[in-house]
Amino acid sequence: MSIVENVEKSMQGTVDPAKADLNHHAATIATEHEAHPDHRMFGLIVFLGAESMIFLGLFAAYLTFRVVYPEWPPAGTPERELLLPSINTAILIGSSFVIHNAEADIKNNNVKGLQLWFGATALMGIIFLAGQLYEYLHLEFGLKTNLYASTFYVLTGFHGLHVFLGVCLILAVLWRSLKSAHYSEEHHFGVEAAEIYWHFVDVIWIILFVLLYLL
Amino acid sequence: MTQVKNAPVAAVASVHETERKWWHFFTFSTDHKVIGIQYIVTSFIFYLIGGSLATAIRTELATPAPDFVTPEVYNSLLTLHGTVMIFLWIIPAGAGLANYLIPLMIGARDMAFPKLNAVAFWMIPPAGLMLVLSFFLEAPQSGWTSYPPLSLMTGKVGEGIWIFSLLISGTSSILGAINFLVTILKMRVPSMGIHEMPLFCWAMLSTSGLVLIGTPVLAGALILLAFDLLAGTAFFNPTGGGDPVVYQHMFWFYSHPAVYIMVLPLFGAISDILPVHARKPIFGYKAIAYSSIAISFLGLIVWAHHMFTSGTPAWLRMFFMITTMIIAVPTGIKVFGWLATIWGGKISLNSAMLFAMGFIAVFVIGGISGVMLAAVPFDIHVHDTYFVVAHLHYVLFGGSVFGIYAAIYHWFPKMTGRMMNEPLGIIHFGLTFIGMNLTFLPMHELGLLGMNRRIAFYDPRFTSLNQLVTLGSYILAVSTFPFMFNAVWSWLKGKPAADNPWRALTLEWQTSSPPMIENFEVLPVLTQGPYDYGMTHGSTEADPATETPVLSGSPSA
Repeated sequence: MSIVENVEKSMQGTVDPAKADLNHHAATIATEHEAHPDHRMFGLIVFLGAESMIFLGLFAAYLTFRVVYPEWPPAGTPERELLLPSINTAILIGSSFVIHNAEADIKNNNVKGLQLWFGATALMGIIFLAGQLYEYLHLEFGLKTNLYASTFYVLTGFHGLHVFLGVCLILAVLWRSLKSAHYSEEHHFGVEAAEIYWHFVDVIWIILFVLLYLL
Repeated sequence: MTQVKNAPVAAVASVHETERKWWHFFTFSTDHKVIGIQYIVTSFIFYLIGGSLATAIRTELATPAPDFVTPEVYNSLLTLHGTVMIFLWIIPAGAGLANYLIPLMIGARDMAFPKLNAVAFWMIPPAGLMLVLSFFLEAPQSGWTSYPPLSLMTGKVGEGIWIFSLLISGTSSILGAINFLVTILKMRVPSMGIHEMPLFCWAMLSTSGLVLIGTPVLAGALILLAFDLLAGTAFFNPTGGGDPVVYQHMFWFYSHPAVYIMVLPLFGAISDILPVHARKPIFGYKAIAYSSIAISFLGLIVWAHHMFTSGTPAWLRMFFMITTMIIAVPTGIKVFGWLATIWGGKISLNSAMLFAMGFIAVFVIGGISGVMLAAVPFDIHVHDTYFVVAHLHYVLFGGSVFGIYAAIYHWFPKMTGRMMNEPLGIIHFGLTFIGMNLTFLPMHELGLLGMNRRIAFYDPRFTSLNQLVTLGSYILAVSTFPFMFNAVWSWLKGKPAADNPWRALTLEWQTSSPPMIENFEVLPVLTQGPYDYGMTHGSTEADPATETPVLSGSPSA
């Protein structure tokens, strides 16, 4: 009996013809590497799915508070300034388009372009964070003023933490891109990962902006 | 041709020039088999801690008055017992089995993200130690559910430690689940379609989905609770305008699925163990596979049945009552599938099979009391009584723990290359089965009579039944010793195991025992299904266990 048998065929299929002249050992090492396809993108998307569940849970909590409370925001909550958050929103949404250019560039092996767009995105992210900090410092309510204020700070703060991590990711990619040939048109998972993470942070912000400022 | 055939062996030899040493189990290893055993052993240590806590609880409850420990210490004991058993024993033990088995079962060389896997494991010991050591500082006292406002009033330090410990172990389980999901979906050998993979993989697929959807919501709740506790906000604190019921919703949105996170992996393990020891194909492969998926989907929409007495509106209670009852359908499908599998089989009553059959018997009792609890009027009557304690222990001890034991007896030869001692295993099963039923069966009656859970003292009229329960819990505590002795002794000196001592058909048995570092010399190709026992196209019944791995490639007819 054998429910398993040798797999010459599949082994042959994956041996790179270019390496056929090398000794067997090297050829099989190459084979073994090719036998491990890259699942990082799928893993990242699953991770972001889980991450979005945290936000979904927090959004649900916010909406429940809002529905259950007789008046929302509770009476006595100071008026919110809309201009600065709107500019901030525009910057963050714009940065998603900016970072998208980087992916197009690296697919053409243009590392200089990648650096330019990633640098610009990081800058926009930092401006967003600075704007948010400015808003925090000038708001007329504090963390403990009332339930609205608490949810406002915790939700925007938790999102801000994600923006901060996104900026760190982008800067890390930027740092790595300084090494020659770290990213190429074939190998640029780091670039794509940072970009997708950035889009994710952006989408979360749009929902937050609607929930906290507009509704 | 021969070149290609021999080449992998050469490569393998160069990779495996280092033998596995004992100290590899104490390092940041990225080998899924090392990580799996790390998980299982670590979680078993926490099981012993949680078990000691339970023994202390039962010693206290042997008499109606709080004379063994103070009520405050009692609160800490039950909080730590619940938290340790759930987050540090059953969930990591399931993750350990999954780590060990998934790549072997699907013919992969490792998990999709080995480093992430090691990171996920190494979050467990600090989280667990932090929690357990909190006992000596200021232990959390508000139960494993940690409902506010109670949890905001019982001491900041203990509660804070509890929250952060859970956040860490929760992150660990999310990272683990990402790995399981990606590995199962993407790394099967090419010849293994999704309907050819062992049922354990289906179970882990469902479990991972639940972890990924549920755990982050718990994290959200814990973050808000931490703010309430440490920063003085009032999300869940009614005195500051917050709503404690929102916490309950967020908590149970994870913690009800957590029940399935704890039991589904063992459903899967049982589905793999029964056919092997009954020498029959699994009955209803697809039904069992898809019922796992159905359980995880339904498991996500039943959470508020824990909150029937929390002021949940009547229409919502109806919804959750109905969904909860529906969940008995896919669970029943599994049970009937298992029964039909062993029906008329050539059953070998070894330790693994005894625990697997014990699992079915005891779990069904827990499942039925679960349906009883789903009915709103009955639940309101017995809410927070020992009836609920009895139910959850029948599910988690009778289900999960029996399942873990069955899995360990079944896969121990594969993990260690040695057989476990059968007589000791049978003694272990007998003591566990008697102890378990003696401990938890009387609790049903105690609950119906109205004895409240989570309180250190009780009405003296409950004394005799409580003493019976305490006696049972001591038997249960003692039952662990033959197992521990058996496991340690067999690991060191047990009879060497053949590669496939149970003559099983799934892939993990088609490699050496213990498997080599990258699992397979050559990636296997399936020629029959995982449960085709006694089928005409396979000659398994006549096939004895061989020393040489079947992998070495004698082409089958």
